[in-house]
Order: sequence, then C-alpha cells, then structure tokens
Amino acid sequence: MSRRFLTGAVSAGLVLVLAACGGTTKNDNAAAGASQSTAAANPNAAAQEGVKMAFLPKQLNNPYSDIEVSGGKEALGELKGEYKLVGPNDASASSQVSYINTLIQQQQDVIGIAANDPNAVCPSLNQARTAGIKVVAFDSDAAKDCRDVFINQATTQGIGEALAKQAKDLSGGSGEIAVLSATPNATNQNAWIDVLKKELAKPEYANIKLDKVAYGNDDDQKSFQEAQGLLQSFPNLKVIVSPTTVGIAAAARYVSSSSYKGKVAVTGLGTPNQMRAFVKDGTVKQFALWNPADIGYLAAYAGVALKSGQITGKEGEKFKAGKLGEYTIGASGEIVLGPPTTFDANNIDKFNF
Amino acid sequence: MSERGNRFGRLLSWDAAVVLVTVIVLVVASGAVENFGTSRNFTFLLLDLLPIALVALPMTFIIVTGEIDLSVASTLGLTSAVMGSLWDAGLSIETIIPLCVVLGAVLGALNGFFVTVLKLPSLAVTIGTLALYRGLAFVVLGDGAVADFPRDYTSWVTGTIGDGPIPNVLIPLVVVALIFGVVLHATPIGRGVFAAGAGEQAARFAGIRTGRLKFWLYVVSGAVAGLAGVLWTLRYSSARADNGFGLELAVVAAVLLGGVSIFGGKGTLPGVLAGVVLLASLQNALRLQDVSNEALNIVTGVLLIVSVLLPNIVSSARDSVRRRRQAVSPER
Repeated sequence: MSRRFLTGAVSAGLVLVLAACGGTTKNDNAAAGASQSTAAANPNAAAQEGVKMAFLPKQLNNPYSDIEVSGGKEALGELKGEYKLVGPNDASASSQVSYINTLIQQQQDVIGIAANDPNAVCPSLNQARTAGIKVVAFDSDAAKDCRDVFINQATTQGIGEALAKQAKDLSGGSGEIAVLSATPNATNQNAWIDVLKKELAKPEYANIKLDKVAYGNDDDQKSFQEAQGLLQSFPNLKVIVSPTTVGIAAAARYVSSSSYKGKVAVTGLGTPNQMRAFVKDGTVKQFALWNPADIGYLAAYAGVALKSGQITGKEGEKFKAGKLGEYTIGASGEIVLGPPTTFDANNIDKFNF
Repeated sequence: MSERGNRFGRLLSWDAAVVLVTVIVLVVASGAVENFGTSRNFTFLLLDLLPIALVALPMTFIIVTGEIDLSVASTLGLTSAVMGSLWDAGLSIETIIPLCVVLGAVLGALNGFFVTVLKLPSLAVTIGTLALYRGLAFVVLGDGAVADFPRDYTSWVTGTIGDGPIPNVLIPLVVVALIFGVVLHATPIGRGVFAAGAGEQAARFAGIRTGRLKFWLYVVSGAVAGLAGVLWTLRYSSARADNGFGLELAVVAAVLLGGVSIFGGKGTLPGVLAGVVLLASLQNALRLQDVSNEALNIVTGVLLIVSVLLPNIVSSARDSVRRRRQAVSPER
C-alpha cells in the first residue's frame, strides 16, 4: 500500500466524517433528569432475612477499605443476610464496571460501592437498578442518579465542630491554640478550618484564641518543622490542632521528644495505628476520625432497609441501623454517619487501622 | 514435508487448538457456570473484550514482524484525556472523534520514526513512549475526569443491536477485524509482514521495504489505539488520564496465547481473536464463580506459560522422532 494512497484514504475518511455530521457540543447537552423511585416507603415493613449484599470497595487489600467492609460483614451477620466482597486490585475508573456486571448476573439484592469514578460506574449501576438491585454508595459517592442512597462518613460542619470541641476540652476552656494544616489550598482542610473559626467566634469559646494556621503541606518533615516553629513563636500555646493525618503525627512526634511533652496538647484527625504510641506515652490525650467500620455497618443496614421497602432513598425517610441507632435520609439520598469517633487511651486498642 | 510446510502445519494445528479450547471453555462454562450462558452476560463479555480485541489486531501485525508496541494503552489514555479536554473546550464530538484517531496515528508515527528511521529497538522505544504518553495524559487532564459526553453516543456504545445480545460496538470491531484478517492472510502486504518477521535480510532481498512497512504498522497501531480510546471514553462516559492502564499486557498476552511467536514470522489472526475470547471468557466465568483475583491471575499466568511451552515440547518431540527414524533407516 503506497503512502500516497493511505494518506488519501485517511483524509477522505476525515472529510466524510466531518461533513456527515452537524456537530454535537457540550452546550447541546440537555440535563438528564435523575431517576426517581416512585415506590412509597413502608417504614413498618419487616427487615428481610437472607438479603444478598455485595461490597465493592475502590480496591481490595487496602487496610482502610478492609475495615469498612468488616463493619458491613458484621451488620449482615446481625441481619441474617449474605455478605460478599468483590473488587479490583487497582483503583482505576473502569475496573469496577465488570464486577458490577458480574453482580448483576449473580442476581445480588444489594450492591454497596465506593466508586472510583462517579460517572464510569453509572451506566452499569443503573442496569443493576433496572434489574431490581438496590445500590448503596459509601465512602466515595457515585453520580446521584445512579444510586439509591449515599453513606457520607462526615460533614464539614461535623468535623469543624469536633475540632473546636477538642481544642476547648484540651485547653481547659481557655488559652491559645494553633492549627497545623496540609496545603494552603486543600479544599477539605480549609472548609473544616472555616467551620472551626466560626465555632470559636461563639460565646462559649470566648476565652480561646487562635494564634495561627500553619501549613505543613502534608509533608512529614515540613509539618515537623512547622510544629517546632509554632511552639517557638507562641510560648503560651496550649493546643496544636491538626486536621490532617500527616500533620498530627509529625506534631505529636516533635512534642513527644521535646520539653513541651505533657504541657502542650496535640489533637486533630489521625488514625489509631499511627497515633497509638503517642497516646500510650501521654503526648496525645485524644484525637478523632470517623470509624471506617461504622461506614460499612451503616451501608449494610441501609441496603437491607432499601431491599425490605422500609426506605426508598427519599429525603426524610427514617430507618434503624442496629447499634448506631436511627438515621434520617437527608437531601439527595445522603445519610450522614454522624460526628467523628474520638480515640483516647481507653478505646484506642479496639481499633486497628 | 518441507521445513516450511511443516512449520505451517504445526502452526495451523496450534491455532486450531486455541480455537477448539476456546469453544470448549464457552460450552462448558455455559453448562457449568450459573448465569454464564445468558444473553446479557454475552453482552457484558463482548463489551469487556472489545478494546483488547481491537488493539490486538494491529499488535498481531507488529509482533509478526518481530517488533512490539507496548505504548498502546498509554496512547489510549492520552487520547481519552485529549478527548475530554477538547470536549470541555466546546468542540463538537463529531470533530473530536476523528481528531483523536489522527492523534493516535501521530503518536504511532513517533514510535515508527524511532524504530524504523533511527533503528532503535522497539521494546526500548515503546517502553519509553508508554511512560511518555501516560505522563502527557496526566499533564493534559491531571487527576480530573470529564464526564458529560452526549447521551446519544454513550448509550450507543453501551447499547445493543435492537435490544438483542449483540453490542453495537461489535460492528466496528468485526469490520476492522475482517479488513486486518484479509490484509494479513491474503495480500502482498501480509506476505511482506511474515517475510519481515522471518528474516530482515531475506525480506529485503525479496524487495520488501521492511522499514516503510513497519513504520505504517506503527501508525495504524496508534490510530486503532486512538479509536479504542474514544470507544473506552464513551463506554465509561468518563475521560481520564488513567484509562486503559495496564491494557498493553492483556493485549500482548492474548496475542501470544493465540499462537503468535514473540520472535516474529508466525501467527494467524483467528488464533489471536480466539486467544482474546479465551482469556476474557475464563475471567468472566471464574468471576461469576467468585474466584478471587489472585487465583484468576494464577490461572492466566499458567495458561500463558503453557501456551509458550507446549508448541516447543511438541516440536522437539517431533524432531526427536524424526531423528530416530533417520537413524534406523539412513537410506531414506
């Protein structure tokens, strides 16, 4: 085949394709209406037994998601359902789709999914729903019109309030505090710190003064140096609040090896495994994070409630979730787990993540 | 039997064996695995193997010439990323799709240039462009995703012909596969491809411009990977820089399983397509049986090693039989 012929063929094909079509652009897209379930919820329906629920986390063998789904397994045990765990080894956008297809074929009752990409899983999740399968998103939401409910681990408001409460408790109600954040433009961090500042403006926090928000860029060494800098600049500092797992660990490491140990409190958001040693040696009295196992537990209860017809995913519907108590569905099918779990010397050994 | 005829016979039998094993797997799985033989599962299976089958077609040509193209999955990813950013910029989808195929061809041409003009080893070149193109994809789109593609297109790609089990996207695949099959097995170009793989020197003496041939094979490989990128993006309605990550190995695995020699000169397209179907249907059936990913990988790995070992064992057995015969009757 000569080069000339090929080039000619390719350009001819291009011209044809371009000429044949008017052109569909981004602006032509009509907004797709969300699929609304028309069934009415019956809050008094009995919880079905033998509900087959499959959990599809972002990827398998990830310590965090392992704990999440262990809560789901526990809940399905209580509900006499059938628990199953499937998932890809890589957290890529498309890898979850063929697993969803397999679950459709196996005629599961409920799929609990932490979506790697909210849109990539959408067509197959809707196929599942067409086949009568209920879809509970947890941890990381799928597009709103492809799932029935979403279990949200925490709200911005809840985290911000928890940080303020920690600062108040650990400073004894008055004194100077500082925040050690990640990067100056980290969306989550900034939203939480804004709520914290609003809380501190309230009368019950009148005696607490926020000296500075420092940024450790979620880099261990930089966070360590920033913690050091804070303590040198503000000798009366009582509490360092770090709403990032990197920052809290670095700050705790610095304080535990310095003369400030026992005088300055470190708190914020961290995982029990990284903070265990600092809680044991007295550097850290308490810190917080949502409990991943509760996310899976709540997802399983929501899934069985959906399958039993107790809820349909509409705002205002209520259902009971075992040991976690009663939940109400919020706007666009969101179910918020609640305030984060506080970890301290008494309970830290119950958690392994 | 001449050496060439003998090789041809062996090859035929290997391809036939792969096709046969594939048919057996499909039949057994339909009988033994619950929900495998349904029409819906057939659709899922075809949708899953489509990108692999598509990219495996030009890959077969390239491997038969004794070269390799490991950059196909990254080409797919970069195409997907560019498709997303162009869509965001407000271009029409009818403009974007041909542009993406052209982009794939350009990326392939770059591979071809390095391999045929600068005479660099294709393994090194395409490992390099594998990293380069994937890197560029992240430069173009970062960690984000573009998702609001036109519903007409996305539903066509995930849809089936007249609500039957056959996916719409099988049409382009069959057309492309037929063209590639005819070219490889019934035209001078195809003979040139086999000749180039059998021996560079011999092919040159026979008047085949192997350099030019290989260059265009890389261009075609890139263009097809670009098309696969477009279909991938529309199927998952999500343009992302990490789309198709790791796909190149699935493609090479299917090609080798289908009886193509990694040293070039041997292979048939029907065998390759059987290899693609075999790997995909095994994966599908085992997943329906709740077999873990690890076990799945082990099965795939063993299958590949066997597929490389078996022809060698058979041929060395034949050789030893022939030698013994010659030893018994030297006059023959």
